[in-house]
Amino acid sequence: MTHFSAMSLLKNALTGHKNWREQWPDSQPKAEYDVIIVGAGGHGLGAAYYLAKQHGITRVAVIDKGWLGGGNTGRNTTIVRSNYLYDESARLYDHALDLWDDLSQDLNYNVMYSKRGVMMLAHNVHDVQSFQRHIHSNRLNGVDNRWLTPEQAKAFCPPLDISDRRRYPVMGAALQMRAGTARHDAVAWGYARGAAARGVDIIQNCAVTAIRRGPDGAVTGVETSKGFIRAKKVAVSAAGNTSVVLQSAGLRMPLESYPLQALVSEPVKPIFPCVVMSNSVHAYISQSDKGELVIGSGTDQYVSYSQRGGLPLIEHTVAAICEVFPIFRRMRMLRKWGGIVDVTPDRSPILGKLPVPGLYVNCGWGTGGFKATPGAGHLLAWTVAKDEPHPINAPFTLERFTTGRLIDEAAAAAVAH
Amino acid sequence: MLLIHCPYCEETLPEAEFAYAGEAHIARPADPMAMSDEEWRDFLFIRSNPRGTHFERWRHIHGCGRFFNAVRDTVTDKFQMTYKAGLPRPDLSAMKEAAE
Repeated sequence: MTHFSAMSLLKNALTGHKNWREQWPDSQPKAEYDVIIVGAGGHGLGAAYYLAKQHGITRVAVIDKGWLGGGNTGRNTTIVRSNYLYDESARLYDHALDLWDDLSQDLNYNVMYSKRGVMMLAHNVHDVQSFQRHIHSNRLNGVDNRWLTPEQAKAFCPPLDISDRRRYPVMGAALQMRAGTARHDAVAWGYARGAAARGVDIIQNCAVTAIRRGPDGAVTGVETSKGFIRAKKVAVSAAGNTSVVLQSAGLRMPLESYPLQALVSEPVKPIFPCVVMSNSVHAYISQSDKGELVIGSGTDQYVSYSQRGGLPLIEHTVAAICEVFPIFRRMRMLRKWGGIVDVTPDRSPILGKLPVPGLYVNCGWGTGGFKATPGAGHLLAWTVAKDEPHPINAPFTLERFTTGRLIDEAAAAAVAH
Repeated sequence: MLLIHCPYCEETLPEAEFAYAGEAHIARPADPMAMSDEEWRDFLFIRSNPRGTHFERWRHIHGCGRFFNAVRDTVTDKFQMTYKAGLPRPDLSAMKEAAE
């Protein structure tokens, strides 16, 4: 693996950039692996990276039906934050944030993690009370979050209109300074490069059609479009397609898959310094380093695998942005797309062992999986390597839907996801 | 934009008039006290979430206000049919044969 540094950049610049080598090989499947990971998104590749790096398990294959990072990893709005209400969630997402901190150094790959701050606007008394409750809860959990007056919010984000002539006035805001954005593709590429350098096979354009189990019920391998591959441990990290993959192992999941759309504007000069979310008017916005405004909101209302979504939702999202930021009313939008997110009833992920021996899952991240990428990868690797969950992901079991110990971020967010 | 046929209004109207209401044909338990935790889990949380034909409920919220059922393909988002609430799950293979 080429080590990226100022020196290597200079050397390659002097030779006309003709000697850069490919960062990972396009592997073909072997007959058997120790661990197979289904889904080569940031989460799956991250798990492979940490399996190889921290647990010394390098006979690992990451299999994807498309190309790596081509699912939700390449389709999100790149926002990273950890200001969740419940103790379990705060620990989970803050664990990911800790890993984001030095991810670029760890991977020797610039993931462009920018702590530009995520500001959530309060537009009514309920918002104010709910956000302040979040802030208190976050601070008790050691999670960075603070309250801003409208004037402080305006100082932090100048395009904000805090006048009282607005239909939805800004009554304050919650600000997480550690939060921000990261380059989504670079996260997948960095993990792929680091994992491949340690011996992991990344197998693309190879759909997993079924998970096979032996007479004792334990996992024996996966059927793929390139043939059967043996493995005693299989981890499914397939986002919207998780319930389809797991059905072949005889499991029915508490998941529903919805399209989540996003859109970007034409690129403009730097105007928007942070990430702003307005849960009540219902949209969020940031500006990419290329200059595009990156805009998103909630999922479409119906279950779908179309990776497209409907236009009414885009209209709703853009209407919300124009309402909160009239300055952007004449901005032209460049393109929109959709990803399929797997949503659990309590809007918290399922990360751990399944009732089938040798089968593990990382799913149910719904609309908020990107921010957790390093954490999910790290915890999935731990769970697979030790055959038991890490204390951080121990509460995020499938069994909680039987016992009733839900982690109900759906209610906590006070907004439709 | 989905175009949805309301079986009560007998009109095909834009998606914006309708609210999605989850998977169809999930019957409330007849004897709740006799249900095990696993049965409650299945009733409350487990959904079929198919990649393909999906039986689902919609409500004509900005029209007649009534719930009805629909059959839609979740890959193409194309509606195969809608039918009134309370009717049994249609036999799609029989329909397909009749069409041929």
